[in-house]
Amino acid sequence: MVFTLFALVLVLAAAAYLASRNRAARVDAAGDAALHSRPSYHGLHSALWVLMAGLGVLVISTVGATWFITSTLMNEIAQARPDAPHIEHQLILSDARAIADGRISSGSDVLREQVADRFAGLDRIRNVVVIALTLGAAILGGALSYLSISPEWRARNRSETVIRAGLLVMAVIAILTTIGIVLSLIFETVRFFNAIDWQLHKFIFGTTWSPLSGVFEGKMDAEKVGALPLFAGTLLITLIAMLVAVPVGLFAAIFLSDFASKTVRSYAKPMLEILAGIPTVVYGFFAAITVAPFLRDTGEAIGIRVASESALAAGIVMGIMIIPFISSLSDDVINSVPQSLRDGSLGLGATKAETIRQVVLPAALPGIVSAVLLAISRAIGETMIVVMAAGQGANLTANPLEAVTTVTVQIVALITGDTEASTAAGPAFTLGFTLFVLTLLMNMAAQRLVARYRERYD
Amino acid sequence: MADSTAQTPPSGGFDHGSLAAGSGRLKQRRAAEFRLKMYGIIAIGVAAAALVALLGSVVTQASKAVTEHYVVSEITIDPEVIGVTAETPPDEIARAQFGDLTEAMMEAQFPRATGRTAGRELGEIISGGASFELGDRIAAEPGLIGETMTFEFLASDTTDLYLKGEFGALRDAEASGLLTVFEGDDGDLRVSSSSNDFGAALRQVKQHLYEDADSLRTKAARQENAVRVYTERAEKADSEEDRQRQLEKAESARAKQQDLIDEAAALERRAAGASGAEKVDDENISIMIKAGGGWMRLTEVNRATAKAELLTRVSLPIENSDDWTLYTSELPEADRKVTDRQIAWIETLRDQGRIKETLNTRFFTAADSRAPELAGIRGALVGSLLTMLVTFSLAFPIGVLGAIYLEEFAPKNRFTNFIEVNINNLAAVPSIVFGLLGLAVFLNVFGVPRSAPLAGGIVLALMTLPTIIIAARAAIRAVPPSIRDAALGVGASNVQASFHHVLPLAMPGILTGTIIGMAQALGETAPLIMIGMVAFIVEVPGSITDSATVLPVQVFRWSDFPERAFEARTAAAICVLLVFLVLMNLIAIILRRRFERRW
Repeated sequence: MVFTLFALVLVLAAAAYLASRNRAARVDAAGDAALHSRPSYHGLHSALWVLMAGLGVLVISTVGATWFITSTLMNEIAQARPDAPHIEHQLILSDARAIADGRISSGSDVLREQVADRFAGLDRIRNVVVIALTLGAAILGGALSYLSISPEWRARNRSETVIRAGLLVMAVIAILTTIGIVLSLIFETVRFFNAIDWQLHKFIFGTTWSPLSGVFEGKMDAEKVGALPLFAGTLLITLIAMLVAVPVGLFAAIFLSDFASKTVRSYAKPMLEILAGIPTVVYGFFAAITVAPFLRDTGEAIGIRVASESALAAGIVMGIMIIPFISSLSDDVINSVPQSLRDGSLGLGATKAETIRQVVLPAALPGIVSAVLLAISRAIGETMIVVMAAGQGANLTANPLEAVTTVTVQIVALITGDTEASTAAGPAFTLGFTLFVLTLLMNMAAQRLVARYRERYD
Repeated sequence: MADSTAQTPPSGGFDHGSLAAGSGRLKQRRAAEFRLKMYGIIAIGVAAAALVALLGSVVTQASKAVTEHYVVSEITIDPEVIGVTAETPPDEIARAQFGDLTEAMMEAQFPRATGRTAGRELGEIISGGASFELGDRIAAEPGLIGETMTFEFLASDTTDLYLKGEFGALRDAEASGLLTVFEGDDGDLRVSSSSNDFGAALRQVKQHLYEDADSLRTKAARQENAVRVYTERAEKADSEEDRQRQLEKAESARAKQQDLIDEAAALERRAAGASGAEKVDDENISIMIKAGGGWMRLTEVNRATAKAELLTRVSLPIENSDDWTLYTSELPEADRKVTDRQIAWIETLRDQGRIKETLNTRFFTAADSRAPELAGIRGALVGSLLTMLVTFSLAFPIGVLGAIYLEEFAPKNRFTNFIEVNINNLAAVPSIVFGLLGLAVFLNVFGVPRSAPLAGGIVLALMTLPTIIIAARAAIRAVPPSIRDAALGVGASNVQASFHHVLPLAMPGILTGTIIGMAQALGETAPLIMIGMVAFIVEVPGSITDSATVLPVQVFRWSDFPERAFEARTAAAICVLLVFLVLMNLIAIILRRRFERRW
């Protein structure tokens, strides 16, 4: 219904545009005085008002009415079953909704049928109210702006003010997203820490990760939420990835910026871009189907036991994924070292290699470090490769041949697992929050570094 | 080429040679330069090799999903068996007992397939979905009930894999003698050949025994390690009880080791035994004979004689026949999904010319299924399309308008600065965190339906927003100020200058950035898993609020399934995904080439 209404408001806006434009043209043709704004701006002004009034009321009335219905029904359910837990009330409500919609519900009894009837009734009223309010507001908005058309009416300036406000709102959505992320993560994180009585050290330094096994009446066993093995596993895989990606990416960038001929560059750069464009799930498949069995068989051939979900396989493939990231960022940085520095060094008789090692790289170092920091933050946040190729069990080890698990793997395991969503959300969102904070810090550090570096040469 | 570069430096009339002659240091410095260059070449080589290995492994895997096999067979649509008549309504006909009919048809072909195991194995030749297809066909044409028709039954995944050579091909052992087969007193078949045709097979069997013995000895050697660890632990144990327990474990490990060694020795003795007959079990290679219009499997083999059991019907006895073939299969029966009996059936069907191989178009027209031979990507493709629609219609306008604000209207103050920092940081937030945001805010607070393209599209839109804003800002910044100044000079307002003059010129750049952002979103998996798009969905989604899955998530799900045939399908789905990504990037490149202007 919301979609139909949305479309209807759009149609109304188009109608308002045409009507107002025609009226403005007629006013213009009547020739009492020159119009301040061109007729199409009068049309635009009306259309904008229809949209703003219609969509605004649509959103507010839908959300408000839904909230009202939910809270009313929840109250009624709570009165009917005063001693049942809150979660059961919610279940009854969602079942009643399912019954009212003719879908399959988890159970059916007198109360559910009753609530379903009430819901159906209220739902009908809500639909009528929402439709009436939305269309009313849209038509009202259109009519007001239609009636105000006159030669002096500053339709262009007024619509431009609206447009500017609209632009600001769009730009602010990025901030809203961040706020949304922070709020949603913090809410569950606080709940989780409440459940373990704020024993933060148990979470950060504990070595047993099995958060769902110790759940009892909203409390969690603080001894079983030790995320250290996850951090260690993430670190191990990230380290292996960096051991692959940093040398390869850096040498590739140096080669491409200072040694390679134009032809080589024209093949090598797109190749690295292809590597960068491959979805991570494909890397995960590659790691699980090709690299991991290869490592295991090689290990077997030389008499070393390599786990089939070894940290090495995931790390190597993640390293391959990050090569283009490092090489393109370092390439930019190396290229932005002023040519005068190189010329000076070459003029003093240094070879190209000496220039690179002793002049270009030191000058580019902050940029390269920031590239590596960004790459690390990419690696610890990477999900699919480790979900498909790394282990599930929290295993505290520094041996790259064994299976380890990571923060992201555990988030996926918790959210997609069979445990009730509200229980699994606590540890999952807390891990997500940790991940968010870590990557945020690393990004800020990287940006700080780059900013300082720019000051030196520009 | 190395020569020419070496000769270029001494330009400008400077005699390099004489300077360097005394020290040899120049040589060293040149070597250092050469090394650095080589490291660069190696690095590029490593990246290229990784790319080739990745694409190579995907394409090789995917090539096994290009075709599918059918068993072509005559079938009589017996109304008694299916329990419906031509007058029954079509939807009831489609649901009739065509499974029984198909089973009866196969049993009529291979009457020896009695007993539960054989019956099950026979049933596994044809896909479980074939009888449903037959049902649909009959429902569409009820007049066929009671008639005999030719129908193409979809082969099962194991049959398909066998026919594609996944379990190793049968090797013709090139027998030259005359074959005699008769039934012995104990029910076993006595097989003999006029020359030593089974000698080679016997050697292979013995060779296999040696290999088994070897792997047993390797296992025994590993037990040695366990013994050592437990003994060490026993020495370090704090309590007598613990020490005792560790010692017991060490003892049992040693006993196990001894067992393994004994077993290996027994195998080796068997293999070394001079010229006796050798038993062939399912851990060893398979030796099969095609003769007398059917198939036999050897259970015991000597140079010229053997014991055998029937796999399909054979007209017995066979006397001094030269019309026979001896086959061996290297992979032991226990190690492959297709049994000897199934091989015999499939080969019989193949000899009768009733196996048909066609292009696997089903892969694009079918939705997901738990049976690999029936699974397709149509649902995921439509899901991806719907999700991308939502993502585009949200991210593109918001991103472009936001970028216009930041570039054209934003005053330079702390607030705009904050927005900028924010966008840069948002671009580097791990995608899984966006998934958590979607789960907590859009699913739980706003009540967007779970697993729906709407939810996925919103999450991906928020994720691609920073990419689009950053690209759009760069494109807008690249439009020279003279354009804007000219517009303002002839009396345009700021808004008019931006929307009528700057934006159209920046559009190609913005579209390029948007397409690249959309390509990222198309390949994204993790956030969609968070909002429940991993569910098993058989229906092709019809709208953005239906449950759906998308291509990359389909890849993830399939890669988790144990059936071998899914591996090829996963790789094929990856290929489709990559084709889309390549297309999108090509469009971006063309846009950039054709419309990008440099001022």
